[in-house]
Amino acid sequence: MNDLVQPIDLSPHAAIRNEVRKLCAAFPGSYWRALDRDNLYPEAFVRALAEGGWLAALIPEEYGGSGLTLSSAAAILEEIQRAGCNGAACHAQMYIMGALLRHGNAAQKAEYLPKIASGALRLQAFGVTEPSSGTDTLALQTTARRDGDEYVVNGQKIWTSRAEHSDLMLLLARTTPREEVQKRTDGLSVFLLDMRAVRGSQLTIRPIRTMMNHATTEVFFDHMRIPATALIGEEGEGFRYILSGMNAERILIAAECIGDAKWFTEKSTNYANERVVFGRPIGQNQGVQFPIAKAYARMRAAELMVERAAALFEAGQDCGAEANIAKMLAAEASWEAAEACVQTHGGFGFAEEYDIERKFRETRLYQVAPISTNLILSYLAEHVLGLPRSY
Amino acid sequence: MKLLVPVKRVVDYNVKVRVKSDGMGVETAGVKMSMNPFDEIAIEEAVRLKEKGIASEIIAVSMGIAACQETIRTALAMGADRGILVETDVELQPLAVAKMLKALVDKEQPGMVIMGKQAIDDDMNATGQMLAALLGWPQGTFASKLDIADGTATVIREIDGGLETVALTLPAVVTADLRLNEPRYASLPNIMKARKKPIETIKPADLGVDPAPRLTTLKVVEPAKRKAGVKVANVAELVAKLRNEAKVI
Ligand SMILES: Cc1cc2nc3c(=O)[nH]c(=O)nc-3n(C[C@H](O)[C@H](O)[C@H](O)COP(=O)(O)OP(=O)(O)OC[C@H]3O[C@@H](n4cnc5c(N)ncnc54)[C@H](O)[C@@H]3O)c2cc1C
Ligand SMILES: Cc1cc2nc3c(=O)[nH]c(=O)nc-3n(C[C@H](O)[C@H](O)[C@H](O)COP(=O)(O)OP(=O)(O)OC[C@H]3O[C@@H](n4cnc5c(N)ncnc54)[C@H](O)[C@@H]3O)c2cc1C
Repeated sequence: MNDLVQPIDLSPHAAIRNEVRKLCAAFPGSYWRALDRDNLYPEAFVRALAEGGWLAALIPEEYGGSGLTLSSAAAILEEIQRAGCNGAACHAQMYIMGALLRHGNAAQKAEYLPKIASGALRLQAFGVTEPSSGTDTLALQTTARRDGDEYVVNGQKIWTSRAEHSDLMLLLARTTPREEVQKRTDGLSVFLLDMRAVRGSQLTIRPIRTMMNHATTEVFFDHMRIPATALIGEEGEGFRYILSGMNAERILIAAECIGDAKWFTEKSTNYANERVVFGRPIGQNQGVQFPIAKAYARMRAAELMVERAAALFEAGQDCGAEANIAKMLAAEASWEAAEACVQTHGGFGFAEEYDIERKFRETRLYQVAPISTNLILSYLAEHVLGLPRSY
Repeated sequence: MKLLVPVKRVVDYNVKVRVKSDGMGVETAGVKMSMNPFDEIAIEEAVRLKEKGIASEIIAVSMGIAACQETIRTALAMGADRGILVETDVELQPLAVAKMLKALVDKEQPGMVIMGKQAIDDDMNATGQMLAALLGWPQGTFASKLDIADGTATVIREIDGGLETVALTLPAVVTADLRLNEPRYASLPNIMKARKKPIETIKPADLGVDPAPRLTTLKVVEPAKRKAGVKVANVAELVAKLRNEAKVI
């Protein structure tokens, strides 16, 4: 397959893509397979990315990052996936800090951002989802009650990915009971939780085994006391702070899906050209080439939407619809490419050695998390098309 | 000591090259291009010499179309200090490149030129040797180790029979072999810094060199497809096949 980034690109993206590709070459399929077998965290990979400054791309230069635009971060994540690696191990280190950057006070930013930029501190756990509130975030039940100079947190989170491999967690909790708020979106607050201080009796983290190696967990807060200075921004405004970071997250996840789709399609075309059945390469049969070509076309269309959403984001314009559409289309495109890849490989697609079944399991997630496709559709129906709210 | 390091833009080593339809070269349109891997090794060596305090400045030079700037930027991100692009659309052959490098050496007065032993596109393995001859400098080609002390470069060369150690009085030309070092990846902050480093663009005429090719390409063809091998059951069958079919013994 020809390279998909063809024009001479003198923006930093060309160099970024090249260097990320080189870094990823040191983490081949065998590295990921070994981790997968034992559900281990890709520590060496994450450290290499942090040391190269890649995870600090979006942190402003004054705090030790590179101050790059969202499309540069998207290029980094896309290349990671395209190389067959799994950015889910650390993608959140890139963007969770956005809440701190946008809504934190000067002291919080000065204390944490430089350490997050250097990789000395990891902020890559995002505690939003709870057992009884996934899609319906406003229904979350974890509470944070002010007590003097502290907050006391009680409750439970689920699917809090990378919590065991993070020092800090961005935590969303209810500070005003639902029945006492004026607007339904009021009453939630965001905290920068330093897990190092409370892990043990007040904070318990339990891994959840999933179909892929994702280091996801459930987290329990038992009368957990945290300093009031951990509050980000104003009390009660947390839901809006979280929402303000969602477009960036959607666009970055979409870019990862584009990278996955490219990886699958490259595998498919290579194999279809090489594998000879009935005396000719299987790729010579339309039954084999059409699904690959179709998935490719869908990926290219989704890629344009990712670029469009990122351009709007960078121009400071509203990109809610585009970011959501990009995420939905890209997640579907990567799945279609994955499906074509397994089918093209026949029995060999199931063999671990080919990495296809691993990537197949990994890329499926993005139609569910961080937001599921149905919710994107209901958002578009309501906010773009003006149909009645359905949820 | 200043170091001059030429870097060439070539088809990426991962790309399966295809012959152009006119049979006069390989397809480069829409193909991923990268820095010649041997040149990466040369840059790495130069950066290490700078880190050791032996070199004071590293100049990365590329010659060819405007896109060679990308290659220079890669060198700058790895640690070179500034770049020179000799811009031309003319097909460049080793002698022309060596002449232009000589002109640059005369101007910049580096203490050493470190370069790749060959470029992976045309595999000429000639430019370094030609440059040394034009300059009248000693050369240490196919270097797998380089040490510098008291105005002398000690180079361990990879030669057919094993390793040869030569001592060169500086200034000298050294060409890098694969095992000289393992090039670093550029970090993101260094890529961003590289964008602010200067690249000077000049033309071959500014160096007083006419880069027109002296060699004419007659045609370029794909290598013949290898036929599938056969398995033999035992040594006797192998010997019989080598004697009767391959006729090599
Ligand atoms: C591996 C993994 C990692 C994750 N990491 C994190 C993390 O780090 N931090 C975090 O906070 N969360 C995380 N999540 C949680 C993720 O964001 C949620 O799983 C997701 O938002 C869906 O919520 P849910 O699982 O509760 O599904 P539910 O809300 O129970 O929904 C189930 C299904 O019903 C559909 N549905 C629900 N309501 C409607 C409606 N009104 N109309 C139509 N369809 C509807 C949904 O689309 C979905 O298909 C992770 C999840 C997984 C699986
Ligand atoms: C878990 C597992 C268990 C198995 N168990 C057994 C077992 O117990 N015993 C056993 O004997 N085998 C077994 N198999 C093998 C299985 O039957 C083969 O994998 C299957 O027949 C496909 O063959 P292949 O993998 O060689 O794919 P290939 O023949 O290489 O085909 C690759 C792809 O090309 C397509 N293709 C090939 N030719 C054409 C054409 N002309 N036109 C259109 N499309 C074409 C195929 O449909 C397929 O999608 C097993 C496989 C797996 C994965």
